[in-house]
Amino acid sequence: MTSMFGEPIARVEDDRLLRGEGAYLDDLGHDALAAAFVRSPHAHAVIRDIDVSGALDAAGLVAIYTHEDLPGRVGEPLPLLIPHPALTHGRTGYPLAAAEVNHVGEPVVMVVATDRYLAEDAAERIVVDYDPLPAVVGVDAARAAEHLVHPDVPGNVAAHLVQANGDAAAAVAAAPHRLELDLYIERSASTPLEGRGVLARWDTESRRLRIWTSTQTSTGVRAAVAAKLGLALADVDVITPDVGGGFGVKIVHPWPEEVLVPWAAMTLGRPVKFTEDRSEHFVASAHERGQRHQVRVGFDDDGRILGLDVTFWHDNGAYIPYGVIVPIITSTQLLGPYKPGAYRVEFSSLYTNTVIVTPYRGAGRPQGAFVMERTMDAIAAELDLDRTLVRERNFIQPGEMPYDHGLIFQDGRPLIYDSGDYPAALARLKGLIGWDEFEAVRRAARAEGRRVGIGLACYVEGTGVGPYEGAHVVVETSGKVRVATGLTSQGQGHQTVFAQIAADELGVPITDVEVVTGDTRAFGYAVGTFASRAAVMSGSAVALAARAARAKAIRVAAAALEASPDDMEIVDGVVRVKGDPGSGIALGTVAVLSNPLRYAFDEAARAATQFVGGDLSTPPVAEGDEPGIEGREYFSPVRSTFASGMHAAIVETDPDTAEVKVLRYCVVHDCGTLINPRIVEGQIHGGVAQGVGGALYEKMAYDETGQLQNASFMDFLMPYVSEVPERIEIDHLETPSPLNPLGIKGAGEAGVIPGSAVIAAAIEDAEGFPITSMPISPSDLFELRRRHAASGETANASQTASVNRAG
Amino acid sequence: MKPPEFGYSRPESVAEALAVLGSLGPDGKVLAGGQSLVPLLNLRLASPGHLVDINALAGLGYVRAGRGEVVIGALARHAQVLADQAARSVQPLLAMALAHVAHPVIRNRGTTVGSIVHADPASEMTAVLALLGGSVRLASTDGERVVAADRFFLGSFEADVRPGELATEVVVPALPPRAGCAFTEISRRRGDYAICGAAATVALSTDGSIERVRAAYLSVGPAPVVLDLTESAGDPESAARLATERIETSGDIHATADYRRHLVGVVTRRALTAALAHARGRADG
Repeated sequence: MTSMFGEPIARVEDDRLLRGEGAYLDDLGHDALAAAFVRSPHAHAVIRDIDVSGALDAAGLVAIYTHEDLPGRVGEPLPLLIPHPALTHGRTGYPLAAAEVNHVGEPVVMVVATDRYLAEDAAERIVVDYDPLPAVVGVDAARAAEHLVHPDVPGNVAAHLVQANGDAAAAVAAAPHRLELDLYIERSASTPLEGRGVLARWDTESRRLRIWTSTQTSTGVRAAVAAKLGLALADVDVITPDVGGGFGVKIVHPWPEEVLVPWAAMTLGRPVKFTEDRSEHFVASAHERGQRHQVRVGFDDDGRILGLDVTFWHDNGAYIPYGVIVPIITSTQLLGPYKPGAYRVEFSSLYTNTVIVTPYRGAGRPQGAFVMERTMDAIAAELDLDRTLVRERNFIQPGEMPYDHGLIFQDGRPLIYDSGDYPAALARLKGLIGWDEFEAVRRAARAEGRRVGIGLACYVEGTGVGPYEGAHVVVETSGKVRVATGLTSQGQGHQTVFAQIAADELGVPITDVEVVTGDTRAFGYAVGTFASRAAVMSGSAVALAARAARAKAIRVAAAALEASPDDMEIVDGVVRVKGDPGSGIALGTVAVLSNPLRYAFDEAARAATQFVGGDLSTPPVAEGDEPGIEGREYFSPVRSTFASGMHAAIVETDPDTAEVKVLRYCVVHDCGTLINPRIVEGQIHGGVAQGVGGALYEKMAYDETGQLQNASFMDFLMPYVSEVPERIEIDHLETPSPLNPLGIKGAGEAGVIPGSAVIAAAIEDAEGFPITSMPISPSDLFELRRRHAASGETANASQTASVNRAG
Repeated sequence: MKPPEFGYSRPESVAEALAVLGSLGPDGKVLAGGQSLVPLLNLRLASPGHLVDINALAGLGYVRAGRGEVVIGALARHAQVLADQAARSVQPLLAMALAHVAHPVIRNRGTTVGSIVHADPASEMTAVLALLGGSVRLASTDGERVVAADRFFLGSFEADVRPGELATEVVVPALPPRAGCAFTEISRRRGDYAICGAAATVALSTDGSIERVRAAYLSVGPAPVVLDLTESAGDPESAARLATERIETSGDIHATADYRRHLVGVVTRRALTAALAHARGRADG
């Protein structure tokens, strides 16, 4: 039997999903009542009155709830999930607004009716009287603090954090060369194809609650809802059905609806379902990416950074349930593969009257990569050096691993890179894109009247953050292997890769392995699927649990065969003496033998019954042993493992229309040992597509009153297949992680991280003026061209127009 | 995102459809391909009392090319018009523009007549009808009337369709001999509503000189804007200049007013250059 680990096998999920046989949240609970919400039309307002009288005779109406109807903890503000000492003014929203609304889309009234149509009809008849307040929209308005989002939060500042390693200000001041940059990234969002959704059933007889929710953490929802509703954990099951994408937005929990729907199901004694629609998703879930950054950098004649001093402002929206994870990631991960000399980073996380922020695939790293890589390009331009040379000179070298940055990462642990080979990756990338041959490409294009440019960007991504994941592996008497892990799946291919790991560890065909994820009935202890952690965390736990099951199977089989366990192996589902195919016992039979029986429930079970024989001098189950071939193990690494990669792109900018087309896109990617290269490449493809979206198409177009003007897929421009590069050229580097048993690093987010940085660099190279704000639309580029033409710059002028030489 | 309550009829004949529409008056709304109406219903931006579904009126699913015109029935889908070789040969601008209408799955269902009646200022087919001087035939229990394109489009999403009327067909004149046409548009993503687009026709006289140049623009006003650019004498640069002078543009979240005005020039230049080449090719052929 060939090894499954490392093989690019097709995803076992796809046959079912591509046939439309997936069961997503809205495919469930057809007997359930439907919930709809009256949501705030104002970005900031005081609620004066809620008049539900006009809806009371609406057809199909079952219940209407406002904040006043919610008892005890149900109505109280949602939890602040990740406290941090710097988060001095943490505020979270109420499940239903109490006295004030702080963003368009905030839930105010819950309507339950016999179906969603009637629920929306009834909701339309509810009149809420608002007293509008001035709205705070965008980073700059939040900083100006002319108005406050929360009256008791001075300056709109939720959190302020400084980290430093060395005296950056002094190092910058003493450096031979200095630059200052102002760099901005707009808001975007995860926008999974399936929005949020939750279905709850309260069993009035057993008094147990069962919840299905489209989440990235079923155990998190379970704990949060049990706490809110005053239920024992053991009386709450949370099941994650097929999930049509998460990308970060579904890691927040509990959403208001995740509290209210189960509570309503308990209160009404009937199943209740909420399926978020697309309009709601834009204004009532979460966004990310909005940050403004100021960089001060000092460097020597060779382009080596001597000091880096970064201050940035993060727009966290109306509330901050997920804490300061995103800006902490930016502040630590912007360092990428580089040694910054002395480093100081300071951020303020600011409230605005807009949708809350949660990590969105990349989670602060796209901003960080943009900041660092724009800085590298500015240094190269200032010194007239090749952009790859400046990067090479600042790289952490392989011999310097593990590399300690002297900072604290998002998991509260030291920022120490475990492994990586950045010079080798850059050499591969230069070869892949033809970096050194590009001037000939540029000349040829120019001769045809075309304008092209090339750029590159590097990143390092801390993946596999703790605290832990676990797995349970059990060999059934049929020989089938069931694997359960608590974290959830949103389409990544976990069923495939966990099966690959278990099949290899146990020596069984992959078709004999069945994987269950995100179901608290199957595995109750878990953290969740985010931060590119599933393969590292649950993958490692599955390997450890499978190893434990394997050891047990060998021990039981060795006893039955009167052989030494050291001489045993498992091949193709048969436990046998090494090299002796005739000697074996099928794994299913071993499972039978491992469970001493009184009753023969079938023919195979007779082998384990009490009159068959065996050693009558010892207990049937030895002390310290247990029946069955099972393994349950947890993996909890000391800290994150750091994946890395580099992207390069060639773009063409239309001289007439300022449209940007990506001609080539190359990726060198290092996520340690590959479990399944096909799945990793799929993750990269999807990430690059989202990166292109973030660079060229997607933004949240809020007007100054806090109305989101593009809250639909008509105007929020997620790229189609026609907008992403036709081909994404990928090369893999594998520097194994020493921090887990499989040598793996996370791969889920990597593809998106350098997108804005690399495309900005390529556009800048094509146009000859600095690109300091992303995303960039053709209209934006047109206006930039006009501005630079008006300021007397030519297309070949120096890059430093909006880059100030300091001092 | 669920529509409010509405009534629904699915008449089996045009006469029955007109009777139902007549009885409903302003409450009635015709459902053809539904590619615009159904999203509007789901977003509760439209709440007609009653939908009259004409999809059973198979007799209206025609495309007739000949006698100097192409006649498109109310149930002809965009994809059907796009694929019709005879229509393409009588009036090539139809297919040129239809290739830009949304995406294949939308063209499979959406109707050309429905799109014209919807009068979206970003619609390709409204601009084509306006440029070519086509007309819309409207039927009601009171009889029929034909409205020329230049009087049909009243404003943004506003066309001269009265309560009780059904647009049964549109008539698109043929492209004359020694004339050429082209369509071009610039959209953020393929298949999106254009930021700016233009359809152009160029007519040559028998000596090959430019006789007439016209262009129609989408996404630059509440209704299609048709310009006579004959004074450019077919020079694309001069035509682009004329067009940018004459067209007022406004900004939105996808384009500043200045960028859109700049694109008016770009699409004029591109459409005119292509239309001229098309005209010369046809004149030589």
